[in-house]
Amino acid sequence: MRPFTYERAEDVRQAAAAVAARPDAKFIAGGTNLLDLMKLDVERPAHLVDISRLPLTAIEDTPEGGLRIGAQVRNSALAADPRIRRAYPVLSRALLAGASGQLRNKASTGGNLLQRTRCFYFTNAAMACNKRTPGSGCAALEGFNRIHAILGVDRALRERGCICTHPSDMAVAMAALDAEIETVQPDGTTRSIGLDALYTSPDTQADVETVLRPGEMITSIVLPPAAGRQIYRKVRDRASYAFALVSVAAIVEVDAGQIRSARVAMGGVAHRPWRAVEAEQILIGATPDETVFDQAAAAALQNARGFGHNDFKIELARRTLRRTLADAVSV
Amino acid sequence: MTTSAPIGQPIDRVDGRLKVTGGATYAYEYQDGGTPVYGVIVGATIAKGRIVDIDTSAAESSPGVLMVMTHRNAPAQPTFGPRWVQNRFARARPVLADDRIRYYDEPVAFVVAETIEAAMEAGRTIAVRYEEERPRIDLGAHLEDAYTPEVINSGAATDTTKGDFDTAFANAAATVDSRYTVAYQHHHALEPHAALALWDGDALTLYTATQTIANTRAAVAATLQIPPENVRVVSSYVGGGFGGKLGVRPETMLAAFAARQLRRPVKATQTRHQVFANVGHRPANVQVVKVAAAADGRLLGLSHDVWTQTTPFEEYAEQTGLSTRSLYDAGALVTRHRMVELDMQGGEPVRAPGEAPGMLAVESAMDELAVTLGMDPIELRIRNEPMLDPMRQVPFSSRNLVACLREGAERFGWADRPTTPGSRRDGRTLIGYGVSAAIRSNYIGACAAHVRIDPDGRAVVRTDMTDIGTGTYTILTQIAAQTLGLPLAAVRVELGDSNFPRSPGSGGSWGAASSGTAVLDACRKLREQMAALVGTNEAQPPVIEAGVVRTGDRSESVADLLARTAPDGLEANGEVAAMTSNPNYRDFSQHAFGAHFAEVGVDMDTGEIRMRRMLGVFAAGKILNPKTARSQMIGGMIWGVGSALHEEAVMDPRFGHAVNGDFAEYHVPVHADIPWIDAHFLDEDDDKGNPLGIKGIGELGICGAGGSIANAVYNASGVRVRSFPITLDKVLIGMTAGT
Repeated sequence: MRPFTYERAEDVRQAAAAVAARPDAKFIAGGTNLLDLMKLDVERPAHLVDISRLPLTAIEDTPEGGLRIGAQVRNSALAADPRIRRAYPVLSRALLAGASGQLRNKASTGGNLLQRTRCFYFTNAAMACNKRTPGSGCAALEGFNRIHAILGVDRALRERGCICTHPSDMAVAMAALDAEIETVQPDGTTRSIGLDALYTSPDTQADVETVLRPGEMITSIVLPPAAGRQIYRKVRDRASYAFALVSVAAIVEVDAGQIRSARVAMGGVAHRPWRAVEAEQILIGATPDETVFDQAAAAALQNARGFGHNDFKIELARRTLRRTLADAVSV
Repeated sequence: MTTSAPIGQPIDRVDGRLKVTGGATYAYEYQDGGTPVYGVIVGATIAKGRIVDIDTSAAESSPGVLMVMTHRNAPAQPTFGPRWVQNRFARARPVLADDRIRYYDEPVAFVVAETIEAAMEAGRTIAVRYEEERPRIDLGAHLEDAYTPEVINSGAATDTTKGDFDTAFANAAATVDSRYTVAYQHHHALEPHAALALWDGDALTLYTATQTIANTRAAVAATLQIPPENVRVVSSYVGGGFGGKLGVRPETMLAAFAARQLRRPVKATQTRHQVFANVGHRPANVQVVKVAAAADGRLLGLSHDVWTQTTPFEEYAEQTGLSTRSLYDAGALVTRHRMVELDMQGGEPVRAPGEAPGMLAVESAMDELAVTLGMDPIELRIRNEPMLDPMRQVPFSSRNLVACLREGAERFGWADRPTTPGSRRDGRTLIGYGVSAAIRSNYIGACAAHVRIDPDGRAVVRTDMTDIGTGTYTILTQIAAQTLGLPLAAVRVELGDSNFPRSPGSGGSWGAASSGTAVLDACRKLREQMAALVGTNEAQPPVIEAGVVRTGDRSESVADLLARTAPDGLEANGEVAAMTSNPNYRDFSQHAFGAHFAEVGVDMDTGEIRMRRMLGVFAAGKILNPKTARSQMIGGMIWGVGSALHEEAVMDPRFGHAVNGDFAEYHVPVHADIPWIDAHFLDEDDDKGNPLGIKGIGELGICGAGGSIANAVYNASGVRVRSFPITLDKVLIGMTAGT
């Protein structure tokens, strides 16, 4: 593999500055994704700034009644935290549905949000990939695209586009929870970004995946209080250690026979955790029954598009969404 | 447990402690001959064509690099030769021999450096320009180009015909005519293919991961063009083989070449990604099974046609229809094999070559027939139980398929099965049961062994047989201890070294029979020698048990006897001949049998298929060690789960590479996929195959296992999927949306 230098960050601001100082530098936390991609010559950093030992490992109550999760909290610790399990079971379940015990022990919360796609053609440096080499084309478009996206790809272009999916389970739950991420910039200033605004569209620049600026580092993730019944459903090819073909995180609050609030996100279907806004609009204020769930599921998939091998995902997503909503309102 | 009769006892693995403590040394871990240097293979990024230019200048000047080998500077090697040879595992396998590319990721360069990282980095900088030709990759698109091979793997006839199938089919009360496909599957032993090569003058020592020492020695000698006696092969511990380590792979040849040139020990291994293209696979196939039956379920006709991938440069004709010739009593019986040349790596034996893919189709078809007839699928199979081998018309050495079906039905609770598909639910999960038969050929290979007893009463057993994780060390210890009358702890078994007597190695489930019989033979001779040393005049021979020799009322330890009468110890050679010279393999049809039972759940909404229970009942002769044998059986059954539900290397028809070529996307069952599994052996003793009364069991567990799962999926969902693996998308399209 390519030679690289390594430094261990002493504090948050210095870490951001160290990465900002060199265009070929990257943060490394758990390394569960980055190191694999470096061995495959997909990621090519010349300098790594290790942020895994920064004091960002606390889970704290917020004045608003939510939780602030340090970016370096390990996935296994986050899933096991009693406050997460009690108030945000959708997050705990999503985490435990992902990867393996060994990987969860290493993977960080911040890093999980920034995982690269598992597209076969992205991880094979010999294949055309707009994400890896902008302008080289997309080998998945007419290739084996069974695991690829069906949403947010209606304008996918061969020359520049990308039909990959985001692999995270955790991010899907966080999308449904309206999580916000907090970052630090190289100059020490901080900002807060809604999870929905973190990810960019792949239509024009597939190699850029988030709005984060060079050196900008995630320090924490804030979860607002969540009301309603929470469910995470992951559909996959084997019982464990497989990425989602389709997953659904649903948080539905029913009051006096009517849906008071509904937040629905999907995984395995788009380049990002996909918030099913159209479904939510149908659900809110409606009487929860099979007809409404059917309508909501249909609305969520109305702009879905398959590329051959992944055509089945449209029907699978529709069915999974409908069932998960039904489960969310049944006690 | 009686220690004096350890055969048949569930003895712990004698090498278990070494393995779990890291004391068992595998090929890549050796450090013989000083600090090794590391070789890395660079593979082609096209499937067919030739190298026009290869620029290695950057690699050669890269830090730490000692050598960059390409076809331009590789040592002279013999040509690959004919597409088919008698022993494919002993033939020369030239590497980097010319500018031709025959398959994607074929080696184009070998970089040796002081560290593996330096070798990888230099390898990355090698720029290759190709003249690319359009590869043929898609099996289904090239079926019309199929040809008929001379013979199929195992040497059996390509086609067999008995009776008039067409008439039987035309006049049948019930028929099945189904087309099945099976995907490319890989061995993927956990220990990757690896070697450490070192030279002393003209003599090469290879620490490598192989199933068969003698074949590896022959193939390396032929490729390097040196006398076989100049090659020593050591493979003391092997981390899984499954057929993938029968042949010698590029990393081993290249390490040997580089070490000779550099005069330094060279280590090389394939990466997990490279294993997908540089080892071989179970070739994909298309199978058409036609069944014709009378109203009472009697088979009037059974035909099995197979089209299988092979390559332009080497033929591997998997014997997919072979077991169909011995399985059921059908009036008319037809099997045919056709091959399709595609521009990719060739097929290799993968655990139960032939039976594993073939029985997926045939056992599905039998289930389809049972559904058509409205019969219990167990009853259907029992009704077609043959008295003689249906094609060969010779008796079976022993055949307890029916007993396995009946015993399994009882233990599994088959009577409680849902007879109507889709009729049983557990919440949102549809429950289904499936059954399948298992059949696997029984073989033996020529084997020699040497056993000596030292004057301290301790025995050492030597043969170049391998233990690929199956338990060979343990069963040979049991056989030697019992036959010699020594405690288990007084026997040491040494394997996997070409300095030891020649064995046929591990493959075809013949390892235990072959090496066990040779060791038994040597130990019997030693026992006679010991009896002679006692020099008794009494009519009764001495009893030798647990290290003590008793004659009448006299007794002394084996050690004392030897110290007194044979201060240099005793030794004997044992052997067994190949089955071609054993009339019992001509006069009898020799197979092991079994029955698989599966319970699956199919999600009503998503089509997700999950195993709930799995039981295998087997009749496979005497069982040497129920503990290691059970591991073999459930391991094979789990392979059956993989072949039915998970395993598929997807070949990109444009580029010819395995698209999902890593363990994240090439799925095998994980622990959570196997919630409950059990294997049970019926008592059986078969004196036709070998004096131990045993049959091979390494492959029996997978044979038919996937068929029971496919049938359970149908029973649960009402959807018959004929394309393996059965993934949820294939079930989903046949299921109406759950409500």
